[in-house]
Amino acid sequence: MKFGVIIFPGSNCDHDAYWVISEVAKQPVTFLWHDSPDLQGCDAIIVPGGFAYGDYLRTGAIAKFSPVMESVRKFATDGGLVLGICNGFQILCEAGLLPGALLRNAGLKYVCKPVHIRVESTNTPYTQQLSKGEVLEIPIGHMEGNYFCDERTLAELKEQERIVFRYTTPSGEVTAEANPNGSLENIAGVCNAGRNVLGMMPHPERASEPELGMTDGAKVFHSLVSAMVEK
Amino acid sequence: MFLPMKAYVYVSLKKSVLDPQGKTIHGALKKMGYRGIDDLRQGKYFEISLDASLSREDAHAEVERIAREVLTNPVIEEYRFTLEG
Repeated sequence: MKFGVIIFPGSNCDHDAYWVISEVAKQPVTFLWHDSPDLQGCDAIIVPGGFAYGDYLRTGAIAKFSPVMESVRKFATDGGLVLGICNGFQILCEAGLLPGALLRNAGLKYVCKPVHIRVESTNTPYTQQLSKGEVLEIPIGHMEGNYFCDERTLAELKEQERIVFRYTTPSGEVTAEANPNGSLENIAGVCNAGRNVLGMMPHPERASEPELGMTDGAKVFHSLVSAMVEK
Repeated sequence: MFLPMKAYVYVSLKKSVLDPQGKTIHGALKKMGYRGIDDLRQGKYFEISLDASLSREDAHAEVERIAREVLTNPVIEEYRFTLEG
């Protein structure tokens, strides 16, 4: 069960993701350099947070054309597991592997704080060990996390239960106050139609050990590993 | 004879997409006392210099492709451009 963590110029959560996979999920993991199309036989790919290519033009706009993303696109189309966190989510949207786009936060400020997200679907490898309605405490840190898609796409996401996480209050209520960035319907994470690609703005890798003050993020990685074992 | 050309590309958020930056600038202008401003949308502007090897038709097609495939995200943005020279 080999994991690959992509490094773009400007990635800054790559080592956190690597650490969580090797030290918390206890799985083999390797870094994948953006300039090489070789996914080194990895079974799951993490597109980490940061500012790939400086976020120039738009977040993820340049990263999607990198050689590694060409391979990730093929890998995902064939059903391969791809998890995009924060900037990784933005890149996967730009690459067309996930629907919608992440706009500038409604408040125009970089928001860095722990938030609560509710599990809306357990029908993904990343959430299959969680309970529907379960609330996780996980931090966010972004300037462009304001999820947007057109009405037709939103209807499709709802119908196919592809909204995976929503921002809520600690008790799990979807309110405007609990929405940190203006995201459409408090959306914090969505998956593709095949349910093998997940994008989420919150950082589970920053909330996976008691030393960090939060451990809910580890549930996502444990869930993913157990789904891969069962497969 | 082909002459160097310049393309001027304007990218803006679609009307259906909220533009918080434009809104903030609009609000600031109103506060400063500027009058008669109904709305303000912020966008991006690109100047592309093209070498003399392309015909006007080819240059138009190339700029169109760049604007569509790279400079805009069709989910949230739209573009227009002019070609001069």
